[in-house]
Amino acid sequence: MKIIVCIKQVPDAKDVRLDPETNTLAREGVQSIMNPYDQHAVEEAVSLKEQLGGEVTVLSMGPPQAEEVLKQAISCGADNAVLISDRAFAGADTWATSYTLAKAVQKIGKFDLILCGKQAIDGDTAQVGPGLAIQLEIPFVTCIQKIREANDTELVMERMMDDGYDVIAANYPVLLTVVKDINQPRVPSLKGKMKAKKVQIQVLSAEDVGADSTKIGLAGSPTQVVDVFPPPPRGERSLLTGTIDEQVEQLVKKLAAYI
Amino acid sequence: MDYFLTEEQSMIVEIAKQITDEQIIPNRAELDEKDEFPREILESMGQADLFGVPIPEEYGGFGGGCFDIVLALEQLGRGCIGVATAFAASSLGIYPIMISGSEEMKQKYLPDVAAGKHFAAFGLTEANAGSDASGIQTTAVLDGDEYVLNGTKQWITNGGEAQIYTVVAITDRSRGARGASMFVVEEGDPGFSCGPKEKKMGIRASSTTELIFKDCRIPKDRLIGRQGTGFITVMKTLDSSRPGIAALGLGIGQACIDEATTYAKQRVQFDKPIIGFQAIQHILADMAIQLEASRALVYASAKHIDAHPKDMSKVSSMCKVMATDMAMKVSTDAVQVMGGYGYMREYPVEKMMRDAKILQIYEGTNQVQRNVIGQELNKEYSRK
Repeated sequence: MKIIVCIKQVPDAKDVRLDPETNTLAREGVQSIMNPYDQHAVEEAVSLKEQLGGEVTVLSMGPPQAEEVLKQAISCGADNAVLISDRAFAGADTWATSYTLAKAVQKIGKFDLILCGKQAIDGDTAQVGPGLAIQLEIPFVTCIQKIREANDTELVMERMMDDGYDVIAANYPVLLTVVKDINQPRVPSLKGKMKAKKVQIQVLSAEDVGADSTKIGLAGSPTQVVDVFPPPPRGERSLLTGTIDEQVEQLVKKLAAYI
Repeated sequence: MDYFLTEEQSMIVEIAKQITDEQIIPNRAELDEKDEFPREILESMGQADLFGVPIPEEYGGFGGGCFDIVLALEQLGRGCIGVATAFAASSLGIYPIMISGSEEMKQKYLPDVAAGKHFAAFGLTEANAGSDASGIQTTAVLDGDEYVLNGTKQWITNGGEAQIYTVVAITDRSRGARGASMFVVEEGDPGFSCGPKEKKMGIRASSTTELIFKDCRIPKDRLIGRQGTGFITVMKTLDSSRPGIAALGLGIGQACIDEATTYAKQRVQFDKPIIGFQAIQHILADMAIQLEASRALVYASAKHIDAHPKDMSKVSSMCKVMATDMAMKVSTDAVQVMGGYGYMREYPVEKMMRDAKILQIYEGTNQVQRNVIGQELNKEYSRK
């Protein structure tokens, strides 16, 4: 079983703020982490490998420092890591990112299964996983909360829905996006950390993956961000206290002032 | 303070810290309330290779020394020494095999313990043999190709949870200390059973039971080392393991300072945070001084022990006494700083204070440790 897991390095959501002058994400001094949903994708891939044999390759598009999250995935049991990194990728939207990842997947070669996190916590679009499947012309299933059975020819899984879940079977190749309920990511092992320290991460450029320069980065992105701004501050608020009757009385008085 | 750890040592700390912060701290109160053995957390430690730290690489371990295990235990102890004791007791249980076991025995038992698949336990204490190990009543008699064990061990950590037990029994009472031998007993051996779980003041996540041997028959190749070498193996085992208990003291000390200082910054009395009062500052300062001094001794002792010195017993006893007395003092002070809140189960320091007490008692009481130090000093100065 050959499994590819797409992972992204994101700013730690506990520490996100906007630069007040440029209205862009302030990245300086903000810790970067592996997108939390992707950690669950890595865990599921490693568990499947332990169950069925095979190998897990983690793939990320990002700046050179994204090697850190690839190494983290190696320390948690992934076998190989590929980073696609090129200044030409800058400004890519979800479509250009999906295209670029698809070129990298084709470069990596044969695979049975691609796993992605449901969405990244910085962009929150949940589009790259499905977009990658479309580019590769393979089926995809999103929001997987459990893999019930897996063998060499078929997967049976649960897709999280608002009011329960669907049970879906799929043959390979297939792309799945996973939600956090699917598993509990493991702590990196000592041997994994030693391996991560020594691992040679394959770094591929736009040229290496044979990407069409008109389809990558800002030039290849149909989405153009016109403006980014923080939400306007909320108006003055007050908290009503006392018994329910007292609160109702206070509220009526306040509302009466507007009549 | 920066102790300039190697990259490998920093990795051990990072892993143990992550397990402590993500798995032990959020669950410790419930494990304590329910007297629940932390099987899932221990499995997670196994997956992360922590059980392999003291085991040689050729048996699937990491090949670490005393200092490496001290670093791991300090972090785990910061979370809960009940959980950390279950972990440490497994290492204690396999030290006799690592120290005196045959190659076959090491091959048979160590890889599964290194992988966290099997837990181990160490069976020395009995009703009339604790500090005075010569009072051991459990016997082992060779009968053909088997030893037959009879007797009862008391207060054995990981009892009923471990798969491998290293047990001391008398093979020749006439030879005194040289008449004791060590054996490996496996879960499921005929005639071997564990008593009910003891109800303890602290470290309630760990399992403590009797080990009961009634005509327990084991193959004779389960003898660890040669017959009559049991006490030597026991002493060497405890010399190796005591700094780990000291490390648990460091963990509790650090956790208490973290809790008490954070609280003192938030708690307002007489219109200012209580950390602004000298009376509180001095308590916190003394806690910090004692912790750092203990840490310096424990780390130095562990590194010294890794060089296999002659004065191993003395040094390992010294660090155990200092760090565990510190843990008792500092945890009591943390409760004092936090006042009524500190005494409530809702806050973690009351558990730390209950837990700390055992550190002064198990793996040799602190009074026995002082005896060891005193006797070693007597020997040293007799040679001069």
